[in-house]
Formats: sequence, structure tokens, C-alpha cells
Amino acid sequence: MATGIKDKVAILGMGCSKFGERWDAGSPDLMKEAFEEALADAGIERNQIEAAWFGCWGDSINVGNSSIPAAMALRLEGIPVSRVENMCATGTEALRGAVYAVASGAVDIALAIGAEKLKDTGFGGLPPPFKGTFNDMWMPMGSAPAGFAQLAPYYRAKYGTSKEDLKRAISHVSWKSHQNGVHSPKAHFQKAVPMETIMNAPMISDPLGLFDCSGVSDGSACAIVTTPEIAKALGKKDLVTIKALQLSTSSGRETQMNDWDGSYVATTRNAAARAYKEAGITDPKTQVHLSEVHDCFSITELVTMEDLGFSDDGRAVFDILDGRYDRDGAMPCQIDGGLKCFGHPIGASGLRMAYELYNQLLGRAGERQLSSPSIGLTHNLGGVPYQGIAAISVLGLA
Amino acid sequence: MTEFGISRFGAYIPRLRLDRSIIAAAHAWMAPGLKGQAKGSRAFTNWDEDTITMGVEAARDAVGPGDLQGVGAVRLASTNLPYADLQNAAIVARALGAADGVATSDAAGSQRAGTSALLQALKGTEPSLVIAADNPFAKPASAQELSFGAGAAAFMVSDQNIAARLVGSATVANVFVDHFRSADADSDYNWEERWVRDEGYAKIVPNAVKAALADAQLTMGDIQHFVMPSYLKGAADAVAKKLKFAGTVAGGLEDGVGYAGAAHALLMLAATLEKAGPGERILLVGFGQGADALIFQTTDAIASVRPARGVAGSIADGLPTDSYLRMLSFYNGIEAEWGMRSEKSGKTALTEQYRSADQLEGFNAGKCGSCGTVQFPQLQYCVNCHTSNDQFADVPLRDEVAEVLTSTADWLSYHPAPPLWVGFVRFHSGARLLMEMVDIGKDGIDTGAKLRMVYRIKEKDRQRGYNRYFWKATPLGAA
Repeated sequence: MATGIKDKVAILGMGCSKFGERWDAGSPDLMKEAFEEALADAGIERNQIEAAWFGCWGDSINVGNSSIPAAMALRLEGIPVSRVENMCATGTEALRGAVYAVASGAVDIALAIGAEKLKDTGFGGLPPPFKGTFNDMWMPMGSAPAGFAQLAPYYRAKYGTSKEDLKRAISHVSWKSHQNGVHSPKAHFQKAVPMETIMNAPMISDPLGLFDCSGVSDGSACAIVTTPEIAKALGKKDLVTIKALQLSTSSGRETQMNDWDGSYVATTRNAAARAYKEAGITDPKTQVHLSEVHDCFSITELVTMEDLGFSDDGRAVFDILDGRYDRDGAMPCQIDGGLKCFGHPIGASGLRMAYELYNQLLGRAGERQLSSPSIGLTHNLGGVPYQGIAAISVLGLA
Repeated sequence: MTEFGISRFGAYIPRLRLDRSIIAAAHAWMAPGLKGQAKGSRAFTNWDEDTITMGVEAARDAVGPGDLQGVGAVRLASTNLPYADLQNAAIVARALGAADGVATSDAAGSQRAGTSALLQALKGTEPSLVIAADNPFAKPASAQELSFGAGAAAFMVSDQNIAARLVGSATVANVFVDHFRSADADSDYNWEERWVRDEGYAKIVPNAVKAALADAQLTMGDIQHFVMPSYLKGAADAVAKKLKFAGTVAGGLEDGVGYAGAAHALLMLAATLEKAGPGERILLVGFGQGADALIFQTTDAIASVRPARGVAGSIADGLPTDSYLRMLSFYNGIEAEWGMRSEKSGKTALTEQYRSADQLEGFNAGKCGSCGTVQFPQLQYCVNCHTSNDQFADVPLRDEVAEVLTSTADWLSYHPAPPLWVGFVRFHSGARLLMEMVDIGKDGIDTGAKLRMVYRIKEKDRQRGYNRYFWKATPLGAA
């Protein structure tokens, strides 16, 4: 009988590069920045790492295929290094590899590092992906905002939400993240933006305007994990352990069947149910104290609040406008600015989220520090709402 | 008289229209005289339409839903086929769901390619489908840019249920070069109109007509409709007068269509058949390096085979547009800055295309043999009950009515006609998939809007010159 990974693995150290338009740094430089911070935090030498997982998404940019670029950048000599790619869930996927390796007893100390260099494309935005020889022949080549914008009409139809109310709520999502970004020195965007500017920004894909879209950023984040016993033996007093790590991938049901109504993300609900079970969470509204969720677009964060059970179905619009997810609300979300302001270097994002929770749980979040949270949740969504990968981690104090 | 005749027919005019006055206004700085010819509107193809896609649409209008049972051959006539060496008719036939055993051929090289293909079919030995589709390009600021249009017409030629019987025909051939276009040129080189009218149409066409009348043992007085296409204004009236024709001279479809090259004779024939009563005789002329003359006599069946859309329906179905540069861009007349997103490789894996041909060409969803779920694409196992795909039965989606579940206008993705409209479509059979939507009117598109499927260019591989085709959804009655 599988017992899950709750409390079997502890975070020994974490690092995160400055996110943003890093004209000064390539992927290997960004990895170095995150890696050095994590090594120092863990208090170990690089040769104590026994296995590593490297996550990055874009093949046409970045460092090329395989784990070799990471092994060379960080001089990981002679150890197994794996490269993982799972769209925007890539960072969490890398963490999962490292955590499972430790939990299985195969290694004592493992490294997860994610990096993405999106600003080497020559334009603002993501390069259009290759979808496969067959899919490219029939599937429309829509942009990411076009894919996520389609949540809006379904949601509005299901709950009778007016266009105006939905726009106000998603604008509040972005407004709140910009407020939080002010206190986040490694964030891409660190400026507050007035509601009016957000509401009236140029349309990208109706109803998503410019400020409803996350930043396109460079960055890297990194975690070194081990067993709680080894962490303690290495001198760690307060331990952040992995309470749950779950993924859910679309099998095509949402796109090909008519039982999905388009107003929620099925993979998030699946992954959340399994993660809560693994972590022993029965009432996420009260037992989860803060979250970093995949706000690639503001509408995504809104439906995610319901998919994670933080808001009742149909109530996220009201909870958001009531400030429930604001910095001073009951369940702060994106306290570091989220994808919207911290930035979204795809392969690094899941680990960046974990980095913020780790620091918050240890009371090391500086100006952003919340009052003694003990359980946090990260959520990534790769792909699009109707065909994607949801990745959820629950981190907490041991 | 042959035992074959026209049993069904249909047409397609691309829905986009541009007022000729807008074209003339764009050129007023260099060619102010164009203003005088700038009456009405012309049709032009969307970026994802060509003679293959228009041919498919015209054929669907002629054939109606269902397959091409009993049809032995599919002929496609045009002087603007997308491929020089890759049979265009085969692509059309497969999109129409033709059986493997159907004979396919392209007819090209002359403005009378359409009439010649139809005549060959009528004199042939098996039921066949004749399609003429054309999309002539003329240089900016030329008179032809104003007069040209685009469109396609299709005719089922059969020995059953004949609605218009061929009662006589003739062809004369010569090398009268009124215009030409070399194999690697985009537009025509034209000789003086007066010479073309007086030495060409006025002398060559009557010779062919007289021979056809003799073949049919008829005189001009027995003919009710004179159908002669020309890119020269007034040419048909002049020839009719010379022939002392007293009946109806078919209009040239100038407004809403424009001269559609090798397809124009058959478009005018379709328009005439749409209005003709039983027992009427139609004289059809095709001109180019000589002339074809075909004399038809309608039967009692004519009233029952009128197409769902036809020429009149296509003309009424126009979507007005307002930018000359849009039309020019769609005809590759300007290279706009499309941004780096347009740099994505459009290379098609030809191996994959062939492997997946049943799904891609005929838009076949799979119906699960166990649970009955209809699904597109057909993947390895049923999306619902996981039964293997060897238990699937094909369900063609191309003729099914569908509706919009959701849609969004995407201004970010590279698209030659921004915005890209994309959304979920639900079919009557229960299939649901994400589709591109085209020919959206100015009011956009709402959830629940009814859709029909159209065969279009999915992506152009500009680097290699290869188009991949697939089905898209278009709203019924968009304006």
C-alpha cells in the first residue's frame, strides 16, 4: 500500500535568481545564481549532491536538449542528471524527481533546478510551440492568452456573472499581485499599478488585457532536498518538509467529451484532491495558509481559487473582490507577486513558488513575511485549461 | 447528342467582397482613370482559400451531403492551381470523400479549360464531377484588378436524372493570343482590347457556334440563353448581336463576383441553370486559343436540382470588407511585417499527413464501437471507455451542423488575417474539438451560433511552398 511522500523529504536549501529581463545572463548564469544560493543555504558542497533533475521548456531557445547543459553549467561531475519538460509544470516536475529519489532511498541528497531564458527570442512573448506532426495538421495555433481567455465565457455562462463583474475581479487579481511585487526584490515587476490602468489596458485576447497576462521573464530557481533525518544531522532546526506532490495530465477528456463545461480546470481539481489526501488536508480553506498559484493570466487565478477549494464554486469573483487573497486577507495568494509580477521563466516557476513558501514558512521573507504560516501550496498549470498538466505541491513546517 | 448530361450543379464565390471604388481610390494618385470603371464590388479569396478549397465548396454545393457514389472521375479545371506537380484534383476528390477508385485529373492552360473539361465529361463514358475554379491575379492598378474576381462551379455529369442535356457541341482551335501568362508569372500580359474583340471574339466564336448549331440541327432562333464569359466588357453582347441572337444574353456576374478566369463560363452556366425553366436551350461558349460551343436543353428535372447555394446564393452571401491592402496582402501583393511569430516553420511531415489522411482529408471522427462516443481526433483508445481504436467507425464531420461552445479573437498569434478566431465547436453527433473559425462578420461570433464546415488552407509553408489543408468552421449567415 503506497503511503505517499508526506514528511519523507525535507528541503535542505533553496535559491532563486533575480527574475526579469536578464540581458546580462544566459541560462547557465541564471542557474549558477540560484545554485550558489541554494548550496550556501543548504550548507553542503556540490559533491554531496548525488542526483539532479533539470527542468527547462523551450528547445528553440535556452541551452538545448538533455541534462548536459545543466551538468556542465553547475559542474555536476559523474552523477545522474535528468532533464524534464512538462510545459509550465516543468519546475515542479523537476522537484518531484528529486523528492522521489530521496523518498525512495535511492539517494540522500538530490538537486532540482529549473531555468528558462525567454528573452533570447528577439520579441516579447513565447515562441509558438511545435505541437507534434499530427496536431499541427488540425489543431489551431492559438496563443496562450487565447487558450486561457476561453475560460471566461464558460465561467460567466455557468454562474451568470456579468462581463463587468468578471473584469473587475480579474483586474483585482493583477492589482493585488502588483501590490505584492513592490515588496519582492527579486521580482521582474516591482511597481504598484492603479486599478484604472489595469481595467483600461489594451486587449490581448478578450477579456484579457495587457495586465491580465504574466510577465515573460528570465530566471532560475533551485532546491536541494534530503531526508528530515539528514537535514537535522546537518544542523537544520526548523524543517520545511514536502507534504504532498501531485500531478494530473489531461487525457483528452476535456477537449473531446461534452462532460466538461469549460468553467474550471479538471486537472487542477484532480491534482488537488490527490494532494490534499496525501497531505492529510480536509479543509483547504482553513488548513492552507498561503498559496502561490499559476496566474499566467488573471482569469486562471480566479478559477484556480475554486479548483483548489479555496473559494466555493461560483464565489471566487466575490472572494477576490472582498480581498480574501490579498496580502492582508484570510488566504494570501501570490505574496511574492506571482507569475504576474515575479515573472514566469517557465521551467523555473514551480521552484520559484516553492522558494517563496519555504522562506515564508521559515520566517525569512523580509518585508513580505506573513504572520507564522505553517502550510502553503504551490500550483502550476502547463498547457491550456482544456489540455494541460496541473502540478501541486504542499509544503509545511515539519 | 450524348447519353450524358448535367444532373446536378453548384457554385461557390469567396465571401469576401471589396467595392471597386476602394481599389480605384487606392490607385488614384497614378491611375485616376480607373475611377470610371469602379462600379460594384468584386469577390476575392481569403488568405486560406485557393482554387482547391473553392472547388471543394462548389462541389459540395452540387453534390450535397454524402459521398460521391457512382462518380468515376473528378476533373478540376483552372489556370491558377496551387501545384504544378501534385495533382490538385486528387486533393479535392479526397476532401469530398471520393472512393480510392475514382479517376482524377487537372485541366489547365486556357480560359476555356472549364468548358473543355465539361465537354470531355459529357462526351465520356462514365459519370463524373467537373469542377472549374479560378482566382486570377492582376497587377495593382490594372483594369483587370478591377474586373477580376474569383469563384468555382461544379457539375455532376451523369446518364441518370439529367436536368440539362447536351444537344450539340463544337470546338475550334487556334493560337489567337489575346493574353498570356508564362508558367512562372503571376499576372497576364494583354494585347489591345479592340483587336481581341474584333478579330478574336467576333470571328472565332461565331465559327464555333455555327458548328455547334449544325451538330444540334438547330438555328440561333432555337436558343433562349447565350452564355459567354469575357473579361472584356460588352464582348458577349457584341457577339450575340453578330449572331443575330434575340434571346437572353447572360449577365457577366460583374457585381459581387468579377471575372473568374477559367471558372467563369461554368459560373455563368450555373447562374443560368438556376433560373432556367424546362425545355429551354442554352448556348455556352468558352473562349481561349479557339472556342468551345456547347448547346444544352433543360429537362423537367431542372426545377428539382437547384443547388442549396448556387451562384445567386453565393452572391447574396457576401461579406463586405473595406481595405484594399487586405486584398493585396491575401494575393501576396505586399509583404507586410508579420513579426517574429510568423517565423515558425510550417513544414509538414508528409509521412504523417499520409498516415492520418482519413482523419485530415475527410474530417472523419471515430465512433467508439463500445460506448458510441464520437471523437475527433481518433486517438489510440476511446476517450470515454478506453476501447481500442480498431473498434472505431468513421463519422464524417464535414457535413454536420455544429455550434459554437466558446470563441475568442486572438490578436497575438501570427495569422495572415488577424485576429485568429478559435474556439470549441460541438457537433450534432456529440464530437467536440477546438477549431479555427473563419469568415466571421463584423459582429463577431457568440456561443450557440450555428456553424458549417469549410475546407481551407490550415497553414502555408512559405519557405517550401506547400499548403496543408484542413477543415475550419464558419458561422452561418455572418454579415
